[in-house]
Amino acid sequence: MIGVGKVKQYGNVLDKPLNKGKTEVSLSAFAFLFSELVQYNQTQVDNIGELERRLEDAGYAVGARVLELLCHRDKGNRRETRLLGILSFVHSTVWKVLFGKVADSLEKGTEHEDEYMISEKELLVNKFISIPKDMGTFNCGAFVAGIVRGVLDGAGFPAVVTAHFVPMEGQQRPRTTILIKFAEEVLLREARLG
Amino acid sequence: MAAVYSLYIINKSGGLIYYKDYGSSGRMDTNDSLRVASLWHSMHAISQQLSPVSGCTGIELLQADTFDLHCFQSLTGTKFFVVCEPGTQQMESLLKFVYELYTDYVLKNPFYEMEMPIRCELFDINLAQAVQKDRVALLGR
Repeated sequence: MIGVGKVKQYGNVLDKPLNKGKTEVSLSAFAFLFSELVQYNQTQVDNIGELERRLEDAGYAVGARVLELLCHRDKGNRRETRLLGILSFVHSTVWKVLFGKVADSLEKGTEHEDEYMISEKELLVNKFISIPKDMGTFNCGAFVAGIVRGVLDGAGFPAVVTAHFVPMEGQQRPRTTILIKFAEEVLLREARLG
Repeated sequence: MAAVYSLYIINKSGGLIYYKDYGSSGRMDTNDSLRVASLWHSMHAISQQLSPVSGCTGIELLQADTFDLHCFQSLTGTKFFVVCEPGTQQMESLLKFVYELYTDYVLKNPFYEMEMPIRCELFDINLAQAVQKDRVALLGR
């Protein structure tokens, strides 16, 4: 019969199964889209601090949604309650889904109890971006910092997350560190849980 | 022995957006390089009109006593040309590679304005690597 589709029609869009979809997107397409995002925000702000904040907010929205999606898809609707659990979730699962590989390293800060660092030799979003000298310490990795903040906030671990360039001797390009500073209540809760 | 003497990139209106020279001979100051760029742009355009064959896309190779000039024009009118030692091989593939680096590290950079001079660190780094690799490969022949 003409017009009979192979796909089963669902009355309600909420009944459709949540399929995995294509796991890969063209890097060039993403690079152009991200470049446009940065350029658009540049026209809307007066200074670099605001530009970083806007990129972070854009990332926050992504992080919140990624958390929901991954909890459902990869973790069987279980949620993390421990600090190390959520950190390793971000460091491996979230990174794997977003960037195709786990993050280079996860470290605990030596100076403060509440600081943790995820390091990456070169963030995927920064792959084609060269920051002009007059922009100082601006890092487009603020977008990724926003994603991490979104994931942590949604999971109940409020934190302040920032992206920094850390120069390395012997390397022309500095490596990027995502610095996570947890709120007081998270540490108190963690201590209570033992 | 430097096989590649210099590399120029000119935008679609003929303005020089990138100039890098590698050889000790023929080193030019900024004004001269700007003049060479606009001169080449005009010659390239005129040659398209002069050609006895229709559908000509402009000069690809200019051979002189002491140098060769290979030119590659992209579909958007951006021209990449390299001045090299006479008889250097594989300049076309080098130009195409430079074009790839241009699309990657210049066009995907949000801080680059179209048709403006190229000031992208990553482009410089990768270009230096490419020319270095080329030089080593040529020396080994």
